[in-house]
Amino acid sequence: MHVEVRGLDKKFGSFHAVKDVSFSIAAGRLIGLLGPSGGGKTSILRMLAGLEAPDAGDIVFHGKRVNDLPPQERGIGFVFQNYALFKHMTVADNIAFGLEVKKWSKSQIKDRVAELVELTGLSGFEKRLPHQLSGGQRQRVAFARALAPQPQLLLLDEPFAAIDAKIRHELRTWLREMIDRLGITSIFVTHDQDEAIEVADEIMIINQGRLEQKGSPWDIYQNPQTPFVAEFIGESTIVEQVSQLRGFEAAEAWPGTKGLIRPEYVEIGPPGEFRLLSATESGRVGRLHFRGSEWLVEVEVGGVRLATYRSLEKEVLKPGDEVRVLVHRAYLFNDNDSWIMENKLKEDSLYVQI
Amino acid sequence: MRKLWIALTFAVFALLLGAPLVRIAMGAWEEGWDGFAHGLTRPEALHALGLTGTIVVVVTAVNALFGVALSLYLVRAAWLGPRWRNLLNSIVDLPFAVSPVIGGLMIILLLGPETVVGGMLGSLGIQVVYALPGMIIATLFVTFPLIVREVMPVLQEIGSQQEEAAATLGARGWTIFRRVTWPSIRWSVVYGIVLTVARSLGEFGAVLVVSGNIMFRTQTATTLVYQDVENFNLTAANAVALVLAAGSAAILLIMEWAKARAAHH
Amino acid sequence: MSSTLQSRWWGWGFRSAVMLYFMFLIVLPILGIYGQSFSSGMRVFYENVTEPLAWRAVTLTVKLALIATAVNVLIGSMAGWVLVRYRFPGRRLLNSMVDLPFALPTAVAGLMILLLLGPHSPVGQWAQRLGVSILFHQPAIVIAMVFVTFPFVIRGVQPLLEEMDRSEEEAAYTMGATRARTFFRVLLPNMLPGVISGAMLAFSRALAEFGAVVLVAGNIPGRTMIASVYIFGEIESDNVIGATAVSVILLTFSFLVLWLVNYLQARRKGG
Repeated sequence: MHVEVRGLDKKFGSFHAVKDVSFSIAAGRLIGLLGPSGGGKTSILRMLAGLEAPDAGDIVFHGKRVNDLPPQERGIGFVFQNYALFKHMTVADNIAFGLEVKKWSKSQIKDRVAELVELTGLSGFEKRLPHQLSGGQRQRVAFARALAPQPQLLLLDEPFAAIDAKIRHELRTWLREMIDRLGITSIFVTHDQDEAIEVADEIMIINQGRLEQKGSPWDIYQNPQTPFVAEFIGESTIVEQVSQLRGFEAAEAWPGTKGLIRPEYVEIGPPGEFRLLSATESGRVGRLHFRGSEWLVEVEVGGVRLATYRSLEKEVLKPGDEVRVLVHRAYLFNDNDSWIMENKLKEDSLYVQI
Repeated sequence: MRKLWIALTFAVFALLLGAPLVRIAMGAWEEGWDGFAHGLTRPEALHALGLTGTIVVVVTAVNALFGVALSLYLVRAAWLGPRWRNLLNSIVDLPFAVSPVIGGLMIILLLGPETVVGGMLGSLGIQVVYALPGMIIATLFVTFPLIVREVMPVLQEIGSQQEEAAATLGARGWTIFRRVTWPSIRWSVVYGIVLTVARSLGEFGAVLVVSGNIMFRTQTATTLVYQDVENFNLTAANAVALVLAAGSAAILLIMEWAKARAAHH
Repeated sequence: MSSTLQSRWWGWGFRSAVMLYFMFLIVLPILGIYGQSFSSGMRVFYENVTEPLAWRAVTLTVKLALIATAVNVLIGSMAGWVLVRYRFPGRRLLNSMVDLPFALPTAVAGLMILLLLGPHSPVGQWAQRLGVSILFHQPAIVIAMVFVTFPFVIRGVQPLLEEMDRSEEEAAYTMGATRARTFFRVLLPNMLPGVISGAMLAFSRALAEFGAVVLVAGNIPGRTMIASVYIFGEIESDNVIGATAVSVILLTFSFLVLWLVNYLQARRKGG
């Protein structure tokens, strides 16, 4: 189902939770609402569900304005953060609930419940009560229950927040496959970047009630459109005077502009590792942090301390080592504008190479 | 040291609670089985017990219905602003602070024969004060908070998410209440009902004031006991009191059982 | 928006009925009595309130309620402690018996105390020999108040003791504190909010008590007549204004106590 939102606005007392949000979601897409806690993501989700009423704006499902429809009539499935399973009903009864409300026949209900139990890998647990299930199992029941009445739109509110890390990973993959298979338009809320990047087709970054950017994970990483997005995604360092770095002297032309440098933008190592040695400058290694799959290296260069990742395959560095540092690009921003600036020396060096 | 405290506690319970109970049981038989039977089966006693029973049934049913409804409104309704809700919340507890005699007085002031409403109803042939309706209203007032105070915390604790989930699955008000809300509050309601039964059974001060304690017309079991004591007819008073005490003990057992179920929910 | 309350079943009519019931049953009578007491003017109100017997009744009630509350704080804290912390045969029975005063009609309670302390009973005769008068004197009133308010402090203390983290105690012991010191510095402060709120509820109830007291007090004006009995007497003598005046004093006092309890409980939960 195609979902469109225009000018959505919501206040809770004096707290302005959602500020003039507009977006459009194509049918069958899996969208992640990502952002810091308290930013308004859950409020947007709940307004889509009809559990809260917007102060202003339109919500349109498949071309039809649904603002005045209660949750019962919107054809949605909602998965709550804390599962909200009916504590006094068995797994089977929980899943069957929406179907009983729609007055399906007993045999139809039985078939559909069996289908979903199979689909969510809960075979054998039909007669259990929620308190007899693990967190992961409960969440799967919540999915099954939401999917049973064949909704057009699936809404998930931080579905994995309350689950152990290892199970979380499995469930994420499972969810992605499930939704791909069923082709339902889905929107989920999360504050976990990795989750959003791994699961969603597209991400919407929500901060302080505003939609900062909407795009594929790759897009957002490569072309952050606002300083918040640039800083929120990945780990980065803010640099006050970008022009201090070799290759970015041109930044002087824009006073008051700060730079944001991601670890991925920085390359360090002994001189032998570089092709464009002339574009590098000298730096000194600070602290090193082992991160399981790579090293996080702090390096002091051009009067600025940056962080970067270094593969385990490469020669191991030590604190105090002198290394060559190449800053590939920086994300520059000031009050009016933001853009990515490439290291000038890379371009010039290319000419020389030829 | 431990043993000392335990022994002391037993002593307190025995003296304060146990001894009086035993004494009542003994006292009813002071004039033998006949004395007891007479005290219990004399016409005014039977009528009084019947009237008490009627009041208990009516009051419990009405306050159960309105109590549960009000609890839902005070906890879940969004159409009541938070300020209103806090205010109403504090008001719910007020009857606990009101002395029963004052409770009865209030009913007389509002619905007595000289008042506007009382007069109106009187001309329609409905007597409120010094009659059953007034006694029922007085008892409704006194027992009002009991069920509400049992149900509200539970509603708050279970949260509205299950109900919201049911809504997203297509269920409407009554279905949601019947299948999702009620199973969670059921035992708290039962406990509240048991408390209400106990309280309306034992209500004395408010009913005494409102009813005028007219024998065979507006006398309840408790006001009959009072009358007997005033007339130095202790054995008869004892008989009725024993029945009430036995009833209370039974209610107490049910109360403890329901409380345990409610805590488990 | 609460979905439970959206359907037609809970329509506007039912909603109004419930709110009206609430308004008419609780709010209106209370407003009514305040209104009525001032309706004959402030001077009449003042006269009725400062009438010596009325005033004596109120002060007597407060004094005796305080004593009863103090007694209950002591025995209630002890009983609550014993019932939660120790295991012994009969514990479940005692725990159930705590609620007996809630279940028992107050008039029956009064009768029980009357019989137990009467001139023909062992206690009554023993008291007579010692020259101590209990029944139909102030001690009997206190006993009746203690009986009726017995559960409040216990039930206030028990939840706090139950949910208290044993590790706080254990930490104190590992730091060398004796049992006594641990009790006073660690356990007692945790119990205190329950004791206080239980005590205030008990006090409020004791102020208002009628049934149990009226049978055992003797009700001699100025000596053993408490406020609620005085009000009753005024109603019987058709002095409605006198009754309402004293009622308003008693009510206001009780409301203040109730408000204080709620305030303290809210602060404890919030802070």
